[in-house]
Amino acid sequence: MIKILSYCFYDITRGYWISIYLSFYLFLGFGLLFLNNDISSAIITLMNIVIYLVPFISLIFGLTYYYSSREFTELLLVQPLKRKTIVLGQFLGVSICLSLSLVFGLSIPFFLVGAYNIENIFDLFVLIVLGCFLTFIFTSISYIISIMNDNKIRGLGYSILIWLFLSVIYDGFLMSFLIYFEQYPLEKISLAFVLLNPIDLARTLMILNLDISALLGYTGALYKIYFGTFNGIIVSSIILFIWLLAPVILMLRIFKKKDF
Amino acid sequence: MIEIKNLHKKFDDKIALNGINLKIKQGSVLGILGPNGSGKTTLIKSILNIVIPDCGTIKIMGSKTLNNSNYLKNIGYLSQSAEFPQNLKVYQLFELMKSIRSQQNDQKYFIEMFKLNEFLHKKLNSLSGGTKQKINISLAFLFNPQIIILDEPTSGLDPISLIHLKKIIQREKEKGKTILVTSHIMSFIEEISDDILFLLEGSIFFKGKINEVKSKSITKEKSDNFITDFERAIINILKNKND
Repeated sequence: MIKILSYCFYDITRGYWISIYLSFYLFLGFGLLFLNNDISSAIITLMNIVIYLVPFISLIFGLTYYYSSREFTELLLVQPLKRKTIVLGQFLGVSICLSLSLVFGLSIPFFLVGAYNIENIFDLFVLIVLGCFLTFIFTSISYIISIMNDNKIRGLGYSILIWLFLSVIYDGFLMSFLIYFEQYPLEKISLAFVLLNPIDLARTLMILNLDISALLGYTGALYKIYFGTFNGIIVSSIILFIWLLAPVILMLRIFKKKDF
Repeated sequence: MIEIKNLHKKFDDKIALNGINLKIKQGSVLGILGPNGSGKTTLIKSILNIVIPDCGTIKIMGSKTLNNSNYLKNIGYLSQSAEFPQNLKVYQLFELMKSIRSQQNDQKYFIEMFKLNEFLHKKLNSLSGGTKQKINISLAFLFNPQIIILDEPTSGLDPISLIHLKKIIQREKEKGKTILVTSHIMSFIEEISDDILFLLEGSIFFKGKINEVKSKSITKEKSDNFITDFERAIINILKNKND
């Protein structure tokens, strides 16, 4: 698997799209730090961008990479390698490349500008870790979509739809649901709804960590009430881990039976 | 060497393979023919486990193919289209394949044969289709496999490379290798094959020696001088089927 991962990593890092992705974060980081005197508010702004952008880029990049390397995947499949090894190697290669762009793109501006306050470093660290989680989760989802759809346009359509649903529509549905059934006790149900959406989960986790009551929202506030800040972070982290593993397991199962 | 029993495969509602039973003995060159959609590529891909059959068994040198990747050590495969990771260089691709296989290889021979030396340090996305196909052919034969499967090997090749390919096939045949070839160019199949497998609508329509095809279906009329006896025989088989 390491061989596949390293060729995939090498192939992606030689391409210009990954450089554009890295440059975007560098530009964003420097821009926000120069425009904002307050590093905490720069981190909050970054969070709002990262939470939505990372899933989108991971979905599109994962999808594009899978489709463009389809013929080569076929060549790898006729080598004495297990299917699991091939798909895991490629998936990890894509995810690690995207995650490293995020890590370097966000941390370099902060360290160059001199944001050495421990609290800020910890907040930035949490943001980067959550960004990496989202990268792995959505890259695996993009692999599931592309393995299941040979048609690139359809795959792209599903990816955009999933991103739109999880980042925008889901919250709208949840809000409507809560308003419509407001006379019922919905706290636990709405908590469960948050757990079903990795973007919401990451956002809640980040806001709990930043301890900004104004940004918590209904579900975030519930988290705080039910679990307290510390327990809320632990529960959300466990669920994020489940979110990390479940799509990978599904991806492996689908790939095992895939016809090329 | 290759033993296929009751192989079935459906894609949605379309039957791609319909109960294929086949034995291919060691040291023969089998040309697989058939119109578009007859199941040639599906049969080959099933042997390689790239397509998972709905039912039936395939045994290669005694071992079953399903959920087993070890038998692929004995197989070299040339796919219809040659696409590689865009940003890798040619030598890096060879290195990757060698590191995956960890088997003895004839890299020098193929690099000289196809004059790939000048391309070794070039990125794969900068190469022409023909050069990519030469690399693809080299990879198929590189590890001295016992079974070689060539799916449309002539596509994109210039006449000199085609002559080289025929020489390579001849060399491997003399070594006692088993070779499966699909091609739409019947003269190529006629030239290199010992046996013919003719597929139609997912079933075996004919299997035998080339001479048998010619003698079975040949007609006296020879109005078209541009086609060979073998090609005429194949056309007659198809015509009779449609009648």
